[in-house]
Amino acid sequence: MSPDVLKLIFGRLTFESLPLHEPIVVATFAVVATGGLVMLAGLTYFRLWGYLWSEWFTSVDHKRIGIMYMILGIVMLLRGFADALMMRLQQALAFGGSEGYLNAHHYDQVFTAHGVIMIFFVAMPLVTGLMNFVVPLQIGARDVSFPFLNNFSFWMTVGGAVLVMASLFIGEFARTGWLAYPPLSNIGYSPDVGVDYYIWGLQVAGVGTTLSGINLICTIVKLRCPGMTMMRMPVFTWTALCTNVLIVASFPVLTVVLALLSLDRYVGTNFFTNDFGGSPMMYVNLIWIWGHPEVYILVLPAFGIFSEVTSTFSGKRLFGYTSMVYATVVITILSYLVWLHHFFTMGSGASVNSFFGITTMIISIPTGAKMFNWLFTMYRGRIRFELPMMWTIAFMLTFVLGGMTGVLLAVPPADFVLHNSLFLIAHFHNVIIGGVVFGAFAGIGYWFPKAFGFKLDPFWGKLSFWFWVTGFYLAFMPLYVLGLMGVTRRLRVFDDPSLQIWFIVAGIGAFLVFLGILSMLMQFAVSFLRREQLKDVTGDPWDARTLEWATSSPPPAYNFAFTPVVHDNDAWWDMKRRGYQRPLLGFKPIHMPSSTGTGIILAGFATAMGFGLIWYIWWLAAASFIAMLAVGIGHTFNYHRDFDIPADDVIRTEDARTKLLAGAK
Amino acid sequence: MTVAVNPTQTGEPVFYLADEHPHPEGYSTSLGFWIYLMSDCLIFAILFATFGVLGGNYAAGPAPKDLFELPLVAVNTSMLLLSSITYGFAMLTMQQNKIGQTQMWLAITGLFGAAFIGIELSEFAHMIHEGATPQRSAFLSAFFTLVGTHGLHVTCGLIWLVTLMVQVWKFGLIEANRRRLMCLSMFWHFLDVVWIGVFTFVYLLGVLR
Amino acid sequence: MSGLLRRSYPLAPQRKLILTRLGPVSRLKILALLPLAVALSGCNYVVLAPAGDIAAQQRDLVIISTVLMLLIVVPVMALTVLFAWRYRQSNTEARYEPEWDHSTSLELVIWSAPLLIIVCLGALTWMGTHLLDPYRTLGRIHADRAVDQSKAPLEVDVVALDWKWLFIYPDYGIATVNDLAAPVDRPINFHITASSVMNSFYIPALAGQIYAMPGMETKLHAVVNQAGTYRGFSANYSGAGFSGMHFNFQGLDDKGFDAWIANAKSGGGSLGRAEYLQLEKPSQNEPVRRYGTVDSDLYRLILNMCVETGKMCQSEMMAIDAKGGLGHEGLNNTLPLAYDKYARRGTALGPEPAFVAGTCTPDAPQGKTTASIAAPVDTAPLLGAGLKRPTFTPLKSSSFFLGQRPKSDS
Repeated sequence: MSPDVLKLIFGRLTFESLPLHEPIVVATFAVVATGGLVMLAGLTYFRLWGYLWSEWFTSVDHKRIGIMYMILGIVMLLRGFADALMMRLQQALAFGGSEGYLNAHHYDQVFTAHGVIMIFFVAMPLVTGLMNFVVPLQIGARDVSFPFLNNFSFWMTVGGAVLVMASLFIGEFARTGWLAYPPLSNIGYSPDVGVDYYIWGLQVAGVGTTLSGINLICTIVKLRCPGMTMMRMPVFTWTALCTNVLIVASFPVLTVVLALLSLDRYVGTNFFTNDFGGSPMMYVNLIWIWGHPEVYILVLPAFGIFSEVTSTFSGKRLFGYTSMVYATVVITILSYLVWLHHFFTMGSGASVNSFFGITTMIISIPTGAKMFNWLFTMYRGRIRFELPMMWTIAFMLTFVLGGMTGVLLAVPPADFVLHNSLFLIAHFHNVIIGGVVFGAFAGIGYWFPKAFGFKLDPFWGKLSFWFWVTGFYLAFMPLYVLGLMGVTRRLRVFDDPSLQIWFIVAGIGAFLVFLGILSMLMQFAVSFLRREQLKDVTGDPWDARTLEWATSSPPPAYNFAFTPVVHDNDAWWDMKRRGYQRPLLGFKPIHMPSSTGTGIILAGFATAMGFGLIWYIWWLAAASFIAMLAVGIGHTFNYHRDFDIPADDVIRTEDARTKLLAGAK
Repeated sequence: MTVAVNPTQTGEPVFYLADEHPHPEGYSTSLGFWIYLMSDCLIFAILFATFGVLGGNYAAGPAPKDLFELPLVAVNTSMLLLSSITYGFAMLTMQQNKIGQTQMWLAITGLFGAAFIGIELSEFAHMIHEGATPQRSAFLSAFFTLVGTHGLHVTCGLIWLVTLMVQVWKFGLIEANRRRLMCLSMFWHFLDVVWIGVFTFVYLLGVLR
Repeated sequence: MSGLLRRSYPLAPQRKLILTRLGPVSRLKILALLPLAVALSGCNYVVLAPAGDIAAQQRDLVIISTVLMLLIVVPVMALTVLFAWRYRQSNTEARYEPEWDHSTSLELVIWSAPLLIIVCLGALTWMGTHLLDPYRTLGRIHADRAVDQSKAPLEVDVVALDWKWLFIYPDYGIATVNDLAAPVDRPINFHITASSVMNSFYIPALAGQIYAMPGMETKLHAVVNQAGTYRGFSANYSGAGFSGMHFNFQGLDDKGFDAWIANAKSGGGSLGRAEYLQLEKPSQNEPVRRYGTVDSDLYRLILNMCVETGKMCQSEMMAIDAKGGLGHEGLNNTLPLAYDKYARRGTALGPEPAFVAGTCTPDAPQGKTTASIAAPVDTAPLLGAGLKRPTFTPLKSSSFFLGQRPKSDS
């Protein structure tokens, strides 16, 4: 075939785009492909395809979607962490004239991919997954407001993740750092597909995130059960509400910024170019207007989790509920007034810098108040050190350190000497791991029995906990130290040999975290095997306080046989205290949304369109776009999107639970 | 039928509703659509901000006063404003359950919308033909992107409008279709409001600049 | 000659000088950090023990802020551990009040304690940010020494290239690549720009960093107080050769500096526009280079992105734009561009790359750079030391708010 025809069919995708000459990538591919094939074969052998498709992939049940988000987050954590290990190894090796084992082409992709994956495809899915699973249960709803949209959002997130993962084996990823500042990310300096993978991966996932934000806001505002006023919502639901407001009010900014960057790259406009009046500084401003709220999008739900966990395991009402709620709302608002602290060194005037520095510090006031609220929740409590509570204590001790260095970095002159240094890296890992990751793990440990009906194995969980915590401190305290030595981030080789020991220590820390991740996977496996011993039939294994514990574990598809009525902040605690008896009769049919495959199909086409645009395969992009439009419009012709669960089914489910509960006694 | 547990004086259970009260279909839709519109509004806000920052960077090329033909833009604006009025009529007749008239007003709205898009495209074509391409300067990049994004929204609105007309024709003015017409109505008026911003800040102030 | 000798100094000597160089206040602070310092001795904590007055003040701010925050962080951590231990489930002797969830007085404390700290820190931030604004000319060269007005500050133009640093000394007509030197105790005025992508100009021992951006100029005012060789580098990732983008910065005595200049001058070589266009092509791990003469307009041409002949300068373009552009005549005032710096390729769907052609001689870029900010009279307020005691005489009019401040800092 002539080159022109080939180009028409494959765009700029050629055999050379496949990294066949890179042994590391080929080996990774072999492992992933083998693993994938084994999994596919297993699924086929056990005839699970139909089950997966009808019960999970096309499910609009918020609980299943939540669980799928969590699985996505954990799978991507493995990828993101592999990148982290590679970086630590490179930086520990590349001393005294050694180039390490990664060249710049690779290393620069690795740290970019690490950042992008950890934020967008690990932290976001974990947080969204927990919100999806827990919020409707906590507010006594049967599902979210827009169940189909929920399924679609999830698959769009997966689509973004697929694109980012594809860059590992087809072509390459961006070499720009995780926020892809132009001019470096513009076509002049990054002419390859890397930045295009970045753009379309995030655009596809970003649509999903925005829609899921709208969905959860509506759910919380409209679907609360009777009696649950705003000021009776559980704190996790409050933080979820604020987080989703932040999502809806910040992700469109990301969408626009990336769209403008792609216009620069695809049609040669001049938004962020050096010439023709473009302004790269504007990109930096705009992306941080999204980027800073994003930090709070991640950490607010974690705060909510810690609130639930502290109160439950202290056996005590949450101290200062009202101030907790106001603190959350204040943080939500203030998070829009601080973006410039990410680039004090750009040369804004002193007044601008100090304004943004001081607003940043002000955020620490509500955050500090929250910290005290948790503290005084523990005060005069009866603290049970189950795993979620251990994560919470680790969080409290770790997060204050991260918060402190964060406020330090908010002082502009201090930032001038610490900006972009490893001190900064240590700071944000301190808050993201210490806050978001520990929070997600606390949440997983806390709600796992609700999702699956058995607790997680405590031995492997504690092992994982100690590996993580010690690993974290070993990995990041040296980075604080290195930052004070003036070592900057994203360096690939070093020539001062006295630094090496610190990088080796950090590498050991990373390895311990790796063991922590392995223990966690082990914990899941062991718990599954020991599920009979770890079984919880009560639906309330922790003697908890909020509504999600009132139903069975795992909850039935309809969540609650009867819509609950709430009289207290700690609704379930109140019910238990006042001698609530589970209704045994009078079940009615329940109206529920039906499953649909449209979400996964649409997201599939969106991903294909992204792939076409990345590789300049215009026919694929156009065809996918048209297909997406057609499927989308076709979907609107389906007016029958829900069904009734017959009363008989409800009775059967509830009777089974009655028997279980009787057996437990 | 219901066996009340922990009954109150009135016999109603305390901790749950004995009767199933499913939320009516589309219970959250208008709120959800509002929130979506606000997120879309943010998209335009950023594009306006971008235009505000880059709008004076002509790169020694032409400025708004060299390029914009206000009379044409005025005609264009009136097309869109009229389409909003006719959409209003469509909603009024929908409330009176007059399918035929609703469809007619929707069709007229669509024609106005198409005229708007047509005029906008010809304006773009003229400018590009002259050499005032989006690549010529940051000002032109921002202009084409802001106005083009609005145009893209109107185009989506048109596709949606046609889809809805087919659906009304096939299924009548059922509850679901009414809700959809309501959403499109919000969308359409929202685009009108955005256009007023575009007309004022981009065209009028541009020519005055 | 001596410049070359100095260059071979290891980075170590500076460490011995830390304690002798610091004022009494700073010495106390270092003592407070002693346990840390002991644990970590043998390392070069350049951020905590810099050699320049600006960096030293920034270090002071780091330490003061940290101590301020520790006031609240330490109790929180201690209470966390204490409560976790005291109220553990097995300790049945501890009080258990499951319904206790509110206390107005406690709420007041937990909101006001962080608030108080932030008020202090905020005041410090406002003062510190203004006093240590990198655009501000220096008011002192050391904690106890004012600027010697008889000596003109050293002007240095800094250009971040892919991936090396170009330093132009306009007053001496020389230029160097990856080699920077300055006389001890003489203020240095850096003018900083970049050729292609964003970098950050950072010499930790001297002063905080500031971005180097193409087509834009940032400024940094600093002074080095201690002779020695220090490390400088880019602190903002800029592409493949980023790791190798570092240089040595030498603080020299006056004689040494003169010798260093003479050495560069005698080294010959000249940096004109053509040589610059060669130089700016991407290269990694560049060795030190020196140019005895340099085109006096070169920095302004770089800043205005018009070193290439025929290309319109930014300043000219901005002046034209401010007057309303060039109208339709300007539409075709573009020329095809082979390369934007080095790698620009056409976009997939757009036209071929181009640049705006100059309409007047590109040797004379117009426009002014940002006005400089005057030196503060006194930086003591930064430490709270020089602040005037508040007067307790009753206020008579609004002149307190509107009238002159007792001590102006700008």
